[in-house]
Amino acid sequence: MATTAEGFDAHHEDHAHHDADHKPGFFARWFMSTNHKDIGTLYLIFAIIAGVIGGGISGLMRWELAEPGLQVMGQVVEFLGGEGTFDQQGHMWNVLITAHGLIMVFFMVMPAMIGGFGNWFVPLMIGAPDMAFPRMNNISFWLTVAGFLSLMFSAFVPGGVGPGAGVGWTVYAPLSTYGAQGPAVDFAIFSLHLAGAGSILGATNFITTIFNMRAPGMTLHKMPLFVWSVLVTAFLLLLALPVLAAAITMLLTDRNFGTTFFDPAGGGDPILYQHLFWFFGHPEVYIMILPGFGMISQIVATFSRKPVFGYLGMAYAMVAIGVVGFIVWAHHMYTVGLDVNTKMYFTAATMVIAVPTGIKIFSWIATMWGGSIEFKSPMVWALGFIFLFTVGGVTGVVLANGGVDDNLHDTYYVVAHFHYVLSLGAVTAMFAGWYYWFPKMFGRWHSEFLAHLQFWIFFVGVNMIFFPMHFLGLQGMARRYPDYTPAFEQWNHIASLGYVVTLVSVAVFFINIVYAFVAGRKPEGNYWGEGATTLEWSLSSPPPFHQFETLPVIQDHHSSDDHISPAPAKG
Amino acid sequence: MAGAKNHDYHILDPDIWPLVGALSGLTFTSGMVLFMHEMTGGHLVLGLGLAGLIAAFFGWFSKVVNEAQRGDHTPVVQLHMRYGMILFIASEVMFFVGWFWSWFDFALFPAPLEVVDGVTFNRLGQDGAAALQQFPAKGIEVLDAFDLPLLNTLILLCSGTTVTWAHHSLIHGDREGLKKGLWLTVLLGALFTCIQAYEYGHAPFAFGQNTYGSAFYMATGFHGFHVLVGTIFLIVCLVRAYKGHFTPKQHFGFEAAAWYWHFVDVVWLFLFVVVYVWGGWGAPIH
Ligand code: HEM
Ligand SMILES: [Cu+2]
Repeated sequence: MATTAEGFDAHHEDHAHHDADHKPGFFARWFMSTNHKDIGTLYLIFAIIAGVIGGGISGLMRWELAEPGLQVMGQVVEFLGGEGTFDQQGHMWNVLITAHGLIMVFFMVMPAMIGGFGNWFVPLMIGAPDMAFPRMNNISFWLTVAGFLSLMFSAFVPGGVGPGAGVGWTVYAPLSTYGAQGPAVDFAIFSLHLAGAGSILGATNFITTIFNMRAPGMTLHKMPLFVWSVLVTAFLLLLALPVLAAAITMLLTDRNFGTTFFDPAGGGDPILYQHLFWFFGHPEVYIMILPGFGMISQIVATFSRKPVFGYLGMAYAMVAIGVVGFIVWAHHMYTVGLDVNTKMYFTAATMVIAVPTGIKIFSWIATMWGGSIEFKSPMVWALGFIFLFTVGGVTGVVLANGGVDDNLHDTYYVVAHFHYVLSLGAVTAMFAGWYYWFPKMFGRWHSEFLAHLQFWIFFVGVNMIFFPMHFLGLQGMARRYPDYTPAFEQWNHIASLGYVVTLVSVAVFFINIVYAFVAGRKPEGNYWGEGATTLEWSLSSPPPFHQFETLPVIQDHHSSDDHISPAPAKG
Repeated sequence: MAGAKNHDYHILDPDIWPLVGALSGLTFTSGMVLFMHEMTGGHLVLGLGLAGLIAAFFGWFSKVVNEAQRGDHTPVVQLHMRYGMILFIASEVMFFVGWFWSWFDFALFPAPLEVVDGVTFNRLGQDGAAALQQFPAKGIEVLDAFDLPLLNTLILLCSGTTVTWAHHSLIHGDREGLKKGLWLTVLLGALFTCIQAYEYGHAPFAFGQNTYGSAFYMATGFHGFHVLVGTIFLIVCLVRAYKGHFTPKQHFGFEAAAWYWHFVDVVWLFLFVVVYVWGGWGAPIH
């Protein structure tokens, strides 16, 4: 400690800016970081790597589903040294869908949205020098990495008829208890423990930061909507994840220590697992989308050059979604034998969530109404988000009906629904945020042309993949099987072609990153101009290693305004 | 960073303990898997992970204590810690919600179980199944709630008052009172743990095998683990009290330990009422 303190004392007399930009050496900077921006960058890099792996796995899945019959799984099994029996092929399929789901949820969307953009921009937007607990911030990240490694370990150890955990991302008992022998499932469960612990600590950090570190003058009702969205998300994480931790701990002890939580032979109840899982699981789906809502609000306001319409309504709609999100979980369990009254309650409660969700969509549209809209790449992605997310929301309301869901549950209709809100919703929001803030974070301009190009290819690709799934689901195609009757061939074929199109858009994404670092221009502090009013735009791009060493003061210039402009820092 | 900073927030230097902690966590859980499946190296990996975790906790909290002593914990940083601790406890509460949920599920919707000579049978679909829908299952003898569990309740409640005594002494600058109060609290905590261990050793029903043996031991076991953690937390405060740490105005380390201890206490009250008294109601007592 003493040496570092001396090291900084040497700079004591230097120019303030120099001091603020003093960076530690490579190892200390990236492996021992206590800097929210560096940790945010680590999260983003991690999420991209996880996204490539998770996306590669979905490539294998779409390849297998391109035609009826089993063709790819056998090759994968043999490639990995198995004999390729029918059971092993089925198991391999289960392993792939499990890994895809877990990776995308826990190691791609959550790290990118909350860990990446949240870490980068919550402190900047509230005018704070860093997070409240910089050291804890770092362990949140490394626990996420540890969780990912545990999931990777699981792929190489026995998990039933072959290696890997083939239990679905929901890890339902009894498949995950006596249905899957071997250590793979235990590694997968611990993966969730580790990542979950990291997220709980992260949630604590965000809530504390947002409540305690807002710049003087920034009341809660002046806080940018992205910060609101992370605040609500953090509460959902804090209260939902521990319940998952309890549930998967029960799985562990049922598997290894002879408890019977989910084993009817000892009086246990497999449905109890579903209740516990979905009590976490439904808030979890909102955890994945709320930060996206926040980013879209910032972006739509920026490129309409108007403050967002109905700011308070937008903020409290998110709070309402968060609260109601805790009392709708059994809409995932309509077919387990709930009694009719319970189904009625959960149908009604689920539909209630569509109201605040609708408020958000209408307010984004109202923000654009009469604005001077600029179709910069983040705005185009944001518009794509609004459209695609709305499609997913509408199918959600269809599924919310317990009676209808008796037919649609576990069909491709559900797969279509959640991919419209996630792969086409959350992911689109992430790309919107990426292009909105890329020059701010990395100090280089991406190519706007490539960003637009990526959008259009992506838009075509993902719709090709997922829109036909509505038809397949309505026709009765069940999810989670590697094979299907030839009647479903045509739409599946189109979906698999759509995957190839989407792959091209991913290539454009990477080309754009390379372009930016090789040839990108250097951006100014506020490169989006007068529509961009939040505090991160008052800083250079990239911001100094330590920003706001003198806290900004938020002026109360228009009393009823959510429009925040930084006061010139004094001193 | 020294020099330019014009605010009271705590900007930290890079630190290795988070990385060590996370990797030790992974080592520990991996060791658990190897151990549970009786694979080679299980004990070694588990031990390594545990050692790493202990080192990380120790190294990390030592730093925090040093920073506190150095005066880095300005009022706003102390406020952060208050928020952090409250939120952490809130998440712990939700963890216990999970275990209570399973308990209520089993108790309110009992399966037709029968335990014969320590072996559990599910009589679902057999003659007389309806009559067996009770919890705890027929054939399970329970502990007498108003015997040692009641004593344990009193011990924890008592420890709640001794920790408050310690707090008041601290606020009034009475260091001897602080030490005495903490000593008593730690001893009461240890006594609770001993009694709990004794009860586990003499309980008439086994771990696992049926819903009662599962939910009882996991819920009370996790509570016991929290008592242990809370006791260690209090011991750390005791050591710090001897070292002359804490002032009447600034002693959040102590307050956090006290909050945690009250949380553990409240969970026990719920366990006592729901698991021991209500949960065992009507069952034969050992
Ligand atoms: C208007 C709001 C929404 C409603 C009414 C709604 C309703 C539903 C219902 C009823 C199901 C269960 C379908 C079934 O399994 O049979 C479901 C599944 C799902 N929803 Fe939504 N949803 C909404 C928004 C969202 C959002 C915003 C997300 C995430 C960003 C999301 C993600 C999911 C996921 C991942 C599943 C499937 C989980 C699984 O079974 O693996 N939903 N939704
Ligand atoms: Cu849901």
